Amino acid sequence: MIRILSILVGAFFSLALLVSLGTGVYTYVSEPAAETAEHAFHELPKKLHLASDGVFGHFDRQQLQRGFQVYQEVCAACHSIKHVAYRDLAALGYSPAEIKAVAAKATIAAPDPLTGEVKDRPGMAADKFPPVTYAGQGVPPDLSLITKARHHGGPYVYSLLTGYAAQPAELVKRFPDSKTPAGLHYNPYFANLNLAMAAPLTGEGQVTYADGTKATVDQMAKDVAAFLVWTAEPTLEKRLQTGWVVLGFLLFATVLGYLAYRNVWAGQKGH
Amino acid sequence: MSFPWAKEYTPSAPLMVWLDEKLPLPRLIYGAVGGGYEVPRNINYMWNFGFLAGLCLMIQIITGVVLAMHYAADASVAFNSTEHIMRDVNWGWLMRYAHANGASAFFVVIYLHIFRGFYFGSYKAPREMIWLLGVVIFLLMMATAFMGYVLPWGQMSFWGAQVITGLFGAIPLVGEPIQQWLLGGFAPDNATLNRFFSLHFLLPFVILGVVILHVWALHIPGSSNPTGVEVKSESDTLPFFPYFVAKDGWTIGLFLLIYSAFVFMMPNALGHPDNYIPANPMQTPAHIVPEWYFWPFYAILRAFTVDLLFIPAKLMGVLAMFAAILMWFFLPWLDRSPVRSATYRPLYRKFFWFGLIPAMAVLFWCGGAPAAEPYVMFSQIASIYYFAHFLIILPIVSSIERPDPLPFSITEAVLGKDDAALLASPATKL
Repeated sequence: MIRILSILVGAFFSLALLVSLGTGVYTYVSEPAAETAEHAFHELPKKLHLASDGVFGHFDRQQLQRGFQVYQEVCAACHSIKHVAYRDLAALGYSPAEIKAVAAKATIAAPDPLTGEVKDRPGMAADKFPPVTYAGQGVPPDLSLITKARHHGGPYVYSLLTGYAAQPAELVKRFPDSKTPAGLHYNPYFANLNLAMAAPLTGEGQVTYADGTKATVDQMAKDVAAFLVWTAEPTLEKRLQTGWVVLGFLLFATVLGYLAYRNVWAGQKGH
Repeated sequence: MSFPWAKEYTPSAPLMVWLDEKLPLPRLIYGAVGGGYEVPRNINYMWNFGFLAGLCLMIQIITGVVLAMHYAADASVAFNSTEHIMRDVNWGWLMRYAHANGASAFFVVIYLHIFRGFYFGSYKAPREMIWLLGVVIFLLMMATAFMGYVLPWGQMSFWGAQVITGLFGAIPLVGEPIQQWLLGGFAPDNATLNRFFSLHFLLPFVILGVVILHVWALHIPGSSNPTGVEVKSESDTLPFFPYFVAKDGWTIGLFLLIYSAFVFMMPNALGHPDNYIPANPMQTPAHIVPEWYFWPFYAILRAFTVDLLFIPAKLMGVLAMFAAILMWFFLPWLDRSPVRSATYRPLYRKFFWFGLIPAMAVLFWCGGAPAAEPYVMFSQIASIYYFAHFLIILPIVSSIERPDPLPFSITEAVLGKDDAALLASPATKL
């Protein structure tokens, strides 16, 4: 009885799926999905090698400081990094005095301890980077986690920043409806090809690096991508270093365990 | 509850004798995972995953309890508190990555454990109850994992909760009230997050309880084995301690190596980037996908695209998705073959390797892919096979199949000959 019921249920599901499959195949053959401009013109990120890549990754402090400078002088106009605190900058190699100086330049809205009234005060090392308001345009995405919140992380940020271009004539020819709307900017590395942000890195020397590195657009994009990999996961270095110790110990313990197993089973046949 | 030749617990130290009289806990342990539990000597490495699943549950409970000390279940701060754990809590990043990847490790182990059961017929008499309890554990795990994924309150958390609770909305008449009752509102919000946190904390302990029943039920007939032939004599078994403690022990090391490689070297490889974007009810992600361990069932859900008679496609998808697991409850009675192990079932073995395994692989692949052609077609074909395998092929094949000859005993299978077999064989009577 249970087997008859089971065969009936199985036949019902199979039939329903066959109908769905037949309809799907028919639609697929009779009306092939039209190609979209996003599908045809979206590009995978360019190659970017960062010191933090891979299982032996570490942070290049010099580069992170440069990236922080680009963030402060360019990105911070519109984008916050609210999960990062000023004190975290110590990991970039800044001294406590330098951190205090950076924080003091920020304005933090906080309740006054005496009156309870929310007032602006200079930032302190313990403060997080303040939210950035951008009147009339919504809130641009917070960048603290951006390299973890997008496929290909660092290379994506680098490609996006250096990928602005005029919309290809071929695109407009093939997809007349996909012309970049007014107020948006064409960038083949962005998911739907058009984004509201104009190219933020516009020309060489936009920032003057303290360490004397030549501030080309490519260099600035790389540096800020490296910085945003750090903001997304400041514990990356510690994680990898701890990981090697843990894996080393486990390898040793596993070999020892295997030898113990061979020893215990010596003379016994099993599988 | 064990074989007659199993050694009895005989404490010699006065303290242990005293303890054995008052609370025979050491006796219980000795009989469960010590020298007093006899195990078929021929079980292969596929039998290690039960022990590893228990280890995974422990990892999840310990890391989870620590995470709960720092996490805040409030829709306005949940995402930030997760980042607080990642950045400011000492070793918080380790706890969170160990927990998130621990869920994946748990499911890898459980899928291997379940498929071991499919191949070697572990669900058959006298082990039906172990199997039924196992399916209950799997269902509880899925519920727990789903609610856990909602807690960081990222985009996939929010939209995952929206989609999965929306499934209940497909039930005719009462669907919508049920969905609202589950969510505590019209959309996932603070009420949802709080109840999911509460249940996510509770359910692992329910799982632990069912695991105890699962292991208890196991200790009545004892483990099955790759031949599927029941234990007959003392030479068929070895005591759990030291033989299987040593065997399980070194594979724990192997498991932890692979698991740690994920936790430390590629902790986000199995996650989705969108869950690092805070939940935003106003913005639907381009592709809503659950965690990888739900993909086969998600593919089945989406495989139903056409209404049939009076049944809407969505409802059928929901029914099929639940049926895809619930039908496992009937497996012991759908499979009529008296032979357990597929090693001696030539026909069933072919359906297993060339039917079920490829179908599962396709469902895994399509469940993670966007709901577009050709993935939907592939998942439809694989779903047809999946249901046919358990509901049609298995009952029929098991009735018509001619199994290969079985070894007389485990001892014969392992050592090539068994003295007991010679005694039992009619030839020796002459």
